[in-house]
Amino acid sequence: MTYVKPSFRHPDLPKNDLGFTKKDYEGAISTLCGGCGHDSISGSITQACFEMSIAPHRLAKLSGIGCSSKTPTYFLGNSHGFNSVHGRMPSVATGANLANRDLIYMGVSGDGDTASIGMGQFVHAVRRNLNVVYIVMNNGCYGLTKGQDSATADVGSISKNGMNQFQAIDLPALALELGASFVARSFSGDKTQLIPLIKAAISHHGFALIDVISPCVTFNNNTGSTKAYDYVREHITTADVVDYVPPGEEITMDYPEGTSADLTLHDGSMLQLTKLAPNWDPRDKLAAMQRIYMSRAKQEILTGLLYIDPNTQDLHDLIGTVATPLNELLEEDLCPGNAVLEEINRGLR
Amino acid sequence: MRSVAAVNDFVVRFANVNGTGSASANNMFAKAVFRMGLPFSAKNIFPSNIQGLPTWYEVRISEKGYLGRRDGIDLMVCINPQSLPQDVKSVSSGGYFVYDSTKILHPEFVREDITYIGIPMMEICLREYTDPRQRQLFKNMIYVGALSMLLDMDFEVFKGIIADEFKKKEKLIAPNIHAMELGRNYVAEHYEYPLPIRMETRDLVGDSILMDGNSACGLGAVYGGATVAAWYPITPSTSLVQAFEKYANRLRIDKETGKKKFAVVQAEDELAAIGVAIGANWNGARSFTATSGPGVSLMNEFLGLAYFAEIPVVLTDVQRSGPSTGMPTRTQQSDILLAAYASHGDTKHILLFPANPKECFEIQALSFDLADRLQTPILVMIDLDLGMNEHLSPPLKWDDSRKYDWGKVYDAEELEQMAQYGRYLDSDGDGITYRTIPGTHPTKGSFFTRGTSRDEYARYTEDGSVYVRNMNRLLKKWDTAKEIIPQPEFYQQGNQHKEGIIFFGTTTDSALEALDLLREDGIELDAMRLLSFPFSKQVEDFVQAHERIYVIEQNRDAQMRSLLINELEVNPDKLIRVLNFDGMPITAAYIQGEIKEKMVAEV
Repeated sequence: MTYVKPSFRHPDLPKNDLGFTKKDYEGAISTLCGGCGHDSISGSITQACFEMSIAPHRLAKLSGIGCSSKTPTYFLGNSHGFNSVHGRMPSVATGANLANRDLIYMGVSGDGDTASIGMGQFVHAVRRNLNVVYIVMNNGCYGLTKGQDSATADVGSISKNGMNQFQAIDLPALALELGASFVARSFSGDKTQLIPLIKAAISHHGFALIDVISPCVTFNNNTGSTKAYDYVREHITTADVVDYVPPGEEITMDYPEGTSADLTLHDGSMLQLTKLAPNWDPRDKLAAMQRIYMSRAKQEILTGLLYIDPNTQDLHDLIGTVATPLNELLEEDLCPGNAVLEEINRGLR
Repeated sequence: MRSVAAVNDFVVRFANVNGTGSASANNMFAKAVFRMGLPFSAKNIFPSNIQGLPTWYEVRISEKGYLGRRDGIDLMVCINPQSLPQDVKSVSSGGYFVYDSTKILHPEFVREDITYIGIPMMEICLREYTDPRQRQLFKNMIYVGALSMLLDMDFEVFKGIIADEFKKKEKLIAPNIHAMELGRNYVAEHYEYPLPIRMETRDLVGDSILMDGNSACGLGAVYGGATVAAWYPITPSTSLVQAFEKYANRLRIDKETGKKKFAVVQAEDELAAIGVAIGANWNGARSFTATSGPGVSLMNEFLGLAYFAEIPVVLTDVQRSGPSTGMPTRTQQSDILLAAYASHGDTKHILLFPANPKECFEIQALSFDLADRLQTPILVMIDLDLGMNEHLSPPLKWDDSRKYDWGKVYDAEELEQMAQYGRYLDSDGDGITYRTIPGTHPTKGSFFTRGTSRDEYARYTEDGSVYVRNMNRLLKKWDTAKEIIPQPEFYQQGNQHKEGIIFFGTTTDSALEALDLLREDGIELDAMRLLSFPFSKQVEDFVQAHERIYVIEQNRDAQMRSLLINELEVNPDKLIRVLNFDGMPITAAYIQGEIKEKMVAEV
């Protein structure tokens, strides 16, 4: 069900560089449960796109099936959306991206949609370094079918349906192993962290995973659950703090030497990282792996930008397609005509 | 013993070991037949194997121009000891058996009613060559040489073919000609030649070409404007996307940058392959995938999404023998029902049935126009026989004045003028609505594509009446499709007889030959070839106009017959099954026999 939102707008609403208000980046009213972490993520996506002044039609949002995959209805209402089939968003996003390399692709998925039914497609989208922002709204359970454990539920975590005994799949660790060029983890309740990460992911040229722990208030927010709000807040730890500086803007903040690192992304934007541990460098894959494993051993939820390689080649670069989006090629670019065909006929006699 | 005698009308079969380079030698033989101006058909009968298992290649030469397969082998060239016992048995009485006589033929394989022509191929090779690979490859050329002598084929034609073949490796021309001469000389010294079966040069192939259907489809996709191809390897469709890539690499490279005006993705599975194709089409690029039956099974869910969300997509199904893995290297037309009604819920899909390489090219190209126009999956249904065997075909043609039909798509200007855009509003009353491509207009024309029920403005709804309205509009679109998809072909002026036949795809050549055979028996039938599904008025009229119709197809369950009964609500008694499903292409003699038998049974 979609509620109608009031169309009243305060005349003094702030506008971004393109003249759009935040309202222009909102979607329909959410039909998820009150307090659902996913709605906060939708809010962060809205805020990030507003602040980055992304023209709404230059972004396409894609999803699979599940609570998480419903959310694209609730943000960026002026952007095309595609709610595909369960676990298959990566392939649809791959096709969309191949058709037009100039748009931004926001893939939204859940832990069931990615870590179970869609594992195959997720893995291969990473391998191909598809230029997509891939947000997993990770609540450790199947909300839409009433709370079954998902493959990201931790061993021993208790949901309303009982205790999970099976090993959890750690999506950031897996993505690192598969060669993802941007890997982050965050928490739906921490917009200050999440918004710059989304901006950085949008600016990143290549596959950008943000695994967002997003508690399910209805089925997995109880005592004993490792994805409950209270548990996450108590166990969260940060690897680094990311400040996103848009292209052309000057870095204004100063950090004590040795604690920060600046990274230039593909589109000219800058990431200013405040490192919270000595010798930490998110460009070092081995260090990232080690930190993830160590945090896990300490039962900490490590968040922040865990790994980035700002200079990778995406799928288009790898297969060598033209700069013009393929969906803009004209008939004369595409059809070789009859004269060529006659030559081909000659070769077949 | 009476030996078979014939000019330009016989069947030669080669029995080889898979992976020994025999295919190129055999193709050379077929090409020589073609260049001697003789109609022929060639079938590869190959195993699911890379090296070692028996493989056969069969060439039917037909001065009358019959291009279907014919049973009965007049001349067997047996190079494979593994299959020798079976090969000896399969020669027609009065036929000829060419074999490697380096080792003596065991007496149990000596038949009284066939002629043996032993050529010590291995012995000649051992004498002439030292390199083991050369011994194997030139052995093939030796038997081709021997055959050219035995069958009175023009040696100059072979020389021309060899010159063409090794244009880029000129050093190989002379040795190949020499190997052929070794075979020719042996025959000249030891046998009377030519045999009573032989060839004479004619001028019967005109400007025809030799091409396999997969290559023609791949090229058709280039001409049809496809820019994104996604696929997962599966026999017998693999060479289709490979052909697309090959032609695109030749014809779609940006001259200045050397970059590609196309993308090919080898996906992780068939689900992803069609997902990529759907995503690309949704985003305004023409995209397709190709697969075989097992792949179509996997693609069902996505096909339902494309049907219901109304996204163009082209899928070419190169059918093979099912069910399950079935006989993966044998042909069948057994995905008809699967394809027609693929996916859960009320779904139906447009199917196209090309019958030769020229049609493969044209229909594959057309399929992109139809997909964009109708905003639904278009399934091009070919099979292993058409896809992987080279066929004699009219030359490919492209009308340069023809323009792509991109279908109903609003551009930025049209959206700007619009008060409210409705993705699923049937403003023209033909059931086809206007779509928009992402990236068109900053604030107008966006919509949410989904597999769930929605209203005319693409808003999610569970209102039953809105759902019914939408499902009925899809039916209206279905009716619109009937008249714009390729129409059936008829082989007579009007309807002349009470009984008729229906066929499609690779059954065509044998069905037409069977009509001639039946006419010689005094049986006259009207004929209709189906080119598409859903069935148009013309198909319905043909079915109505005849008392009995033989539906000829290559599957066990008479799937096309079921489709006709189901969609046209005809009396099942009226449609008589003529079925071949042993994995080998159907023959005219089989069709003739079946029809005669079923006529007698009914009368």
